[in-house]
Amino acid sequence: MSTDALPVLKPTDFASDQDVRWCPGCGDYAILAQMKKVLPSLGVPREKIVFISGIGCSSRFPYYMNTYGMHSIHGRAPAVASGLKTVRPDLQVWVITGDGDGLSIGGNHLMHAIRRNMDLNIILFNNRIYGLTKGQYSPTSLLGAKTKSSPMGAIDNPLNPLSIVVGAEGTFVARTIDTNLKHMGKVMERAAAHSGTSFIEVYQNCHVFNDGAWNYAKERDEKEDNVLELEHGKPMIFGKNRDKGIRLNGLEPEVVELGKGISEDDLLFHDERATEPSLAYLLTRMRHQDGFPEPIGVFRAVESPQYDDLINRQIEQAIGTQGPGDLEKLFHSGDTWTVS
Amino acid sequence: MSTATEKPRQQLDEATVRFCGDSGDGMQLAGTQFTNTSALAGNDVATFPDFPAEIRAPRGTKAGVSGFQIHFSSRDIYTPGDTVDALVAMNPAALITNIGDLRDGGILVCNESAFDKKGLEQAGYASNPLEDGSLEQSYKLHKVDMTKLTRLAVEGLGLSQKEADRCRNFFAMGLVFWLYDRSLDPTLRFIDAKFGKNPDVAEANRRALKAGYNYGETVEAISTQYHVGKADLTPGTYRNIMGNTALAWGLVTAAHLSKRRLFLGAYPITPASDILHELAKLKNFDVLTFQAEDEIAAVTATIGASFAGEMAVTASSGPGIALKGEALGLAVMTELPMIVINVQRGGPSTGLPTKTEQADLFQAMYGRNGECPMPVIAASSPADCFEVAQEAWRIAVEHMIPVFLLTDGYIANGSEPWRIPDVGSLPRTEVKYAEPLSNGDVFHPYERNERLARPWARPGTPTLMHRVGGLEKQDITGNVSYDPANHQHMIETRARKVELIADHIPLQEVDGPESGDLLVVSWGGPYGSCATAVHTALAAGKSVAHCHLRYLNPFPKNFEQILRSYKKVLVPELNCGQLLTILRSKFDIPLVGLNKVQGKPFQVGEILDRIHAELEG
Repeated sequence: MSTDALPVLKPTDFASDQDVRWCPGCGDYAILAQMKKVLPSLGVPREKIVFISGIGCSSRFPYYMNTYGMHSIHGRAPAVASGLKTVRPDLQVWVITGDGDGLSIGGNHLMHAIRRNMDLNIILFNNRIYGLTKGQYSPTSLLGAKTKSSPMGAIDNPLNPLSIVVGAEGTFVARTIDTNLKHMGKVMERAAAHSGTSFIEVYQNCHVFNDGAWNYAKERDEKEDNVLELEHGKPMIFGKNRDKGIRLNGLEPEVVELGKGISEDDLLFHDERATEPSLAYLLTRMRHQDGFPEPIGVFRAVESPQYDDLINRQIEQAIGTQGPGDLEKLFHSGDTWTVS
Repeated sequence: MSTATEKPRQQLDEATVRFCGDSGDGMQLAGTQFTNTSALAGNDVATFPDFPAEIRAPRGTKAGVSGFQIHFSSRDIYTPGDTVDALVAMNPAALITNIGDLRDGGILVCNESAFDKKGLEQAGYASNPLEDGSLEQSYKLHKVDMTKLTRLAVEGLGLSQKEADRCRNFFAMGLVFWLYDRSLDPTLRFIDAKFGKNPDVAEANRRALKAGYNYGETVEAISTQYHVGKADLTPGTYRNIMGNTALAWGLVTAAHLSKRRLFLGAYPITPASDILHELAKLKNFDVLTFQAEDEIAAVTATIGASFAGEMAVTASSGPGIALKGEALGLAVMTELPMIVINVQRGGPSTGLPTKTEQADLFQAMYGRNGECPMPVIAASSPADCFEVAQEAWRIAVEHMIPVFLLTDGYIANGSEPWRIPDVGSLPRTEVKYAEPLSNGDVFHPYERNERLARPWARPGTPTLMHRVGGLEKQDITGNVSYDPANHQHMIETRARKVELIADHIPLQEVDGPESGDLLVVSWGGPYGSCATAVHTALAAGKSVAHCHLRYLNPFPKNFEQILRSYKKVLVPELNCGQLLTILRSKFDIPLVGLNKVQGKPFQVGEILDRIHAELEG
């Protein structure tokens, strides 16, 4: 395949020869399929693409992609990817993680990769449960969630992944849903095109241990009332009949009904390019259980200096001012003496 | 410099000087300047900086005492010296904690003004030892009011009293420089370079230095000047070098000669941080230093850089290495080349961060889950770090394996003269990546060569796309495998791969007779004390030899033969017998340990006494 003179790649070119071993019906399949569909359109040769993952169901992802890849250890994928990207800025690096891997054991690395704005594409599969270890509550499980390790209900207040990402000043912040394939594809394309850390949260269903966790955002009859699709420059309108919107009341968002004296112009307009992350943060805080539609799409997309770029520029600068490294010169720098 | 009459000058073969004072007194600076000056004067030198973990413990307390010892000689020396010939004590706490190491009849210089009521109380003196005559019975005591003399010297420069007092270490240096007939020029050059931007401070330090020197020359109480001649070193150009610097330079050299980028993943930790600091300065060598968010990120980023095809190194100390344990298992499973440096310090837990110990050998050998052997090598002295760094890289690349490199706080912060090598003569490790395949061949990431090394396939190379990871891999294909027989095969293969390194390292050498009554086996920092002790015993006609190990896993192939050539084997270590236990597990040979865990290096006398005892016993 790769010896083809005109390498027009197809999704199947990105499939490795390994059997995919996720449970039948797992949301991960959709993400894998969509990734295979998106990659050929990016114009990046397969050998320049690397997938790095941690531990968990989602982290088996690299084995199923015919690119370079590493299935590393629990929580550490962003750090592995950071070393890789720092020395090899020419590679396109994807990090695959989950709510346990990325937010619990690996929370520290995730935060630091984002604040360094390394040019990585991070996808967090959020299923609100530990799947691979068979059903303990995760950092995104809701308060009161009854699981194997919380028979009387979880008492840990859940983390909101995108609030953390915005808090660390993520430059590309997005959310999509495993069943909304078209939307997922568009978000992945935009993430790949972004310079700096791109972060995508995918609402992903674990039908074995936490089936239906995202039904409110997926079921035909209710999703339109529970999901707000963000579009840059557009008013925030949602609902089956496109008759509801988000308005700002002081510093708080509120759901309002259009008509009855409220027009589109009264609504909050999405601005993904806002320099300050306040609007993006406010959007991450809109939760279904508080009566809000949950936004999907691109929350934030701004330019900011990238670590991988800066570190390599410092090297060029050092070579420019000091000349390329010369061992002879280094060894003889400072005081020396000669014994004859 | 002065018109005072010439004082008699006595020739010495060697001398040991220690500066000690409060952490803020600039004793490390004084020691470093004296060391460089002595090295430039042609002496062989060995140093032992000793400082507290606290940046500024309460002023004047015993907890805050910082010291720097320099041994300089006209002969070859290997240690900073057991006892001190001249001690400079800047306050009572420094005196009380260091006086025990001053030899009978030694020179004692005390900063008199610091011996006030508060200072004496803080040190726990009931009465002033400078006034009760006790010290004069054993030592040549010089009471010098350094505070007052320094203030007078810098008068008129408009410095505050605090700023003036900060120049006291230069006064102390000047006095010791006169005492040992040292030139002020290197330190004057240092002052220009360091304080050039602040002319008043530079001038104050210059004046304090000269005032100290002139004091020595003028004051009648100091009757003799000493001179230690040039050492008979191998011809060449030399510089003084610290262990951590030598290690950093060895890494840069290895990367440069291999034409690879050098990536260091590190999290600040005593006493390894200077490796990070030194490499951060060398960006024009294409060195990337990644100060990670934690020790785990430091090592996993290093694994990422290795997977990317570059020279990857992580450097830490025991507690940091403990955090890296799981990732090192991944490095072993993925069979990627990298260097893991442990600058050992006193443990367990936070232990004694600024003190030396060798108690992480078990950690390097066994400190990972599963059957997870790694090659382990250790540096023996500050200058040796340069070579060992390059050797670690050679093994890592040629065998596709992560390599443990052990040093310790004593080697890392100590310094010695280093004969600058000819760059053309340095070993060059050639990196050979896997080549792209043709004809639709399938790439096998775990196919092995005669060393059992797998190919290093650099991302970006067409046709070599492959996945690695922590799950057990099928040999040859690298596919995930839960096959029981394959797991055993892979465990045995990884172990065999480490053992095979023995075919590609030098045979072990022995210093002394090839057989005899006693063999001293050492590794790491105790090299110098053991070498000196064995030389001394040999000179006294004893049947003893010294075997110092650089390669701890695997051992050189002739090592067992060497062990069996002596009636007894003594293993001195700064731990409770870790190498000893490993040797006992491998060889059925009578072995005895000499163990010390006081945060301090071995004294030559301690080893020598034990050699005599073993020979008699």
